[in-house]
Amino acid sequence: MDVDHDTLVSVSKSWGLFYLIAFSIGVLIYTFWPSNRKRFDKAKKNILRDEDDKPWK
Amino acid sequence: MVKQLTSGERQFAAVILVVLAVLGIAMAAAGRADPLGVHGLIVLLYSGALLYVVLSSFYEREPDLSLRTRYYDDPIKVGIALTMAWAVFGMFIGVWVAAQLAWPNLAFDAAWSSFGRLRPAHTTGVIFGFGGNALIATSFHVVQRTSRARLAGQISPWFVLFGFNLFCILAVTGYFMGLTQSKEYAEPEWYADLWLVVVWVVYFILYIRTLARRREPHIYVANWYYLAFILVVAMLHIVNNIAVPVSLGHAKSYTVWAGVQDAMVQWWYGHNAVAFFLTAGFLAMLYYYLPIRAGRPIFSYRLSILSFWGITFFYMWAGSHHLHYTALPHWVQNLGMTFSIMLLVPSWASAGNALLTLNGAWHKVRDDATLRFIMVAVIFYGLSTFEGSFMAIRPVNSLSHYTDWTVGHVHAGALGWVAMITFGSLYTLVPTLWKRERMYSAMLVEVHFWLALAGTLIYVFAMWNSGIIQGLMWRTYTQEDTLAYSFLDSLVAMYPYYIARAFGGLLFLLGAIVASYNIWMTVRYSPEALTDRAPAGPDQGPLPENVTAPAE
Repeated sequence: MDVDHDTLVSVSKSWGLFYLIAFSIGVLIYTFWPSNRKRFDKAKKNILRDEDDKPWK
Repeated sequence: MVKQLTSGERQFAAVILVVLAVLGIAMAAAGRADPLGVHGLIVLLYSGALLYVVLSSFYEREPDLSLRTRYYDDPIKVGIALTMAWAVFGMFIGVWVAAQLAWPNLAFDAAWSSFGRLRPAHTTGVIFGFGGNALIATSFHVVQRTSRARLAGQISPWFVLFGFNLFCILAVTGYFMGLTQSKEYAEPEWYADLWLVVVWVVYFILYIRTLARRREPHIYVANWYYLAFILVVAMLHIVNNIAVPVSLGHAKSYTVWAGVQDAMVQWWYGHNAVAFFLTAGFLAMLYYYLPIRAGRPIFSYRLSILSFWGITFFYMWAGSHHLHYTALPHWVQNLGMTFSIMLLVPSWASAGNALLTLNGAWHKVRDDATLRFIMVAVIFYGLSTFEGSFMAIRPVNSLSHYTDWTVGHVHAGALGWVAMITFGSLYTLVPTLWKRERMYSAMLVEVHFWLALAGTLIYVFAMWNSGIIQGLMWRTYTQEDTLAYSFLDSLVAMYPYYIARAFGGLLFLLGAIVASYNIWMTVRYSPEALTDRAPAGPDQGPLPENVTAPAE
C-alpha cells in the first residue's frame, strides 16, 4: 500500500485529535479516581519524612 | 570511589576501561590525521586516566559490604563537582562569545576561537556539561531518597557519569577542530552520538532498576519527570542523529534526512531538547527540592500529575513553530503554533503549583537565599513559557525570528529558570550530602543570588531591546518601498546592547565562580557545627516546622 502525503495529513487531522482527547480523559480519570487520593496524599507527604536517611532494606 | 568496589567490580571497571582504551587506539589508527584520530587519542587518554585511578587502588582492602545498605552518594558528589566545573567553563565561553560580538578582535584571528566554533562550545558546555551533569547528579539523589532504595548498581552510576562527560569532551574538542553536524544542539559527530546512546541506555536501565527497588506503591512525581527526560532524550537523540559516515576512518557524516524533513526532524529534536532536557528534568528538581527546602509538601499533587501529562504530550508537537514561513507545510506550522499556545496551561499549572506551595512561607523566602533561588526560577519559568507561547504565534514570530529576542527568550529560560533551579537544588543538596549543617557561607549564597539575578535581568532586557529594534529595523520600508535600513545599520544599533549583554553574562559567571568556591569550602571544612546546633537564624536558612531540615 502506498501511503501518500494526503493520507498522512488526513489521519493526523482526524485520529490525531481523537487520540489526544481520549488520552486526556484517561489522565483526568486517573488523577481524580477516588481511591487514588490516599496514595497521592501519602506520596506528597512521605518525601518530607526521612528519619534516618537510609534505604528501607 | 574505587575503595567502595569489591575486587570483582574493580576488575570489571578495569575491563571496561581497557576496552574503551582499545577503541580509542582503533579510532586513532583509523582516523590518523583526521579529527577522528585526535578524538581517538582523547578517548585513550581519558580511559587511561580513569584506569590509573582504578589500578592505583586495585589491591586496597575490600569494602565493608554492610555499607551497601546505605545510599550510594559518591557518584552524586563527583557529579556535583563536574557540574560546577562545566558551569564555569561553559559560562566563561559564553561571556567570551558575547564579548566577540561587541569586539570582534577578541577572536584573535585564530580558527578555533572564531565565533562559529566557540558558540556551540558555549551551548554544549552549559546545556550538556552543566545542565546534564546537574540532572544526572540530582536524579541519582532524588530517585534514591524518594524510593528509599540504593542505586541498583555499583559501576553503572560511574559509567553513566564518566561516559556522559566523555561525550561532552568529544563534543567541545570537536568544535574547536571545526567538527560539526551543523544541527543545533546536536552538533557532535556520529561516533560521539553512538557512544551517548550506549551511556543513555545504561542510565535508563539503572534508573528503572532503582525504581523497582522502591517500597512505596506510588512513584513520586519527580521521578516521572526524570524518566520522561531520560526516555525522550534517547528517542530524540537517536532519530535526529541517524547519519551515514563518509567512512569508518572519517569523522564526517551525512544525515539520512533530506530537505524539509531534515528541518522538521531537527526542530522536533531541538524543541523537545528544550522540553525534556531543559524543562522536564529541572521540573523534577523543582518537585523534590522545593518541598524539601520549604519544608512543605507540594500544594497539589493532582495538579502536578495533570501538568506532567500536559507537558509531555503537548511539547511533542510544538517543534514546528521554529519553522514558520518556511517550506514546511502550512498546517504543520499551525499545529506547532496551536500546541505551543496550549502548552501555556500545563506550564503555568506547574509554576502556579510551586508558588502556591510557597504561599504561607514567604518569610522563609525572604530569609533564605536558597529558597529565593527556587522562587525566582519558578517566576522565570512562568515568564519564559508565556513568552515562548507568544513567540510561537506566526505574526509575532515574523517580528522575533532571527533576532536577539530569541536569544533573550532562551536566556530567560536558561539563566532565570534552569540555572537558578539548579543552584537552588545544589545549595539544598550539598550540605545534606556531605552531612553539613549548612553551606560554608550563607553570605556567599546571598552574593551569588544577587549576581545571578542582576546578570539575568541585564542580559534579558538587553536582548529584548536589541531584538525588537532589530526586528523593526528589518521590516521598516521607505515611501519608495525599499528597506529603510541596511543590515549593517541594524548591527551598529546593537552595539550598546551587546556590551550590556556581555556584562550581564559576566555577572552570572562571577556568581557561578562564587558558588563553586562556596561548595568547595563546604566540602573541605569539617563541621564543628554538628554537635553544636545553633538556633535558626537568617544566615543559616529556615528550619521547616515539622520535619528535619535538609541541612541536617
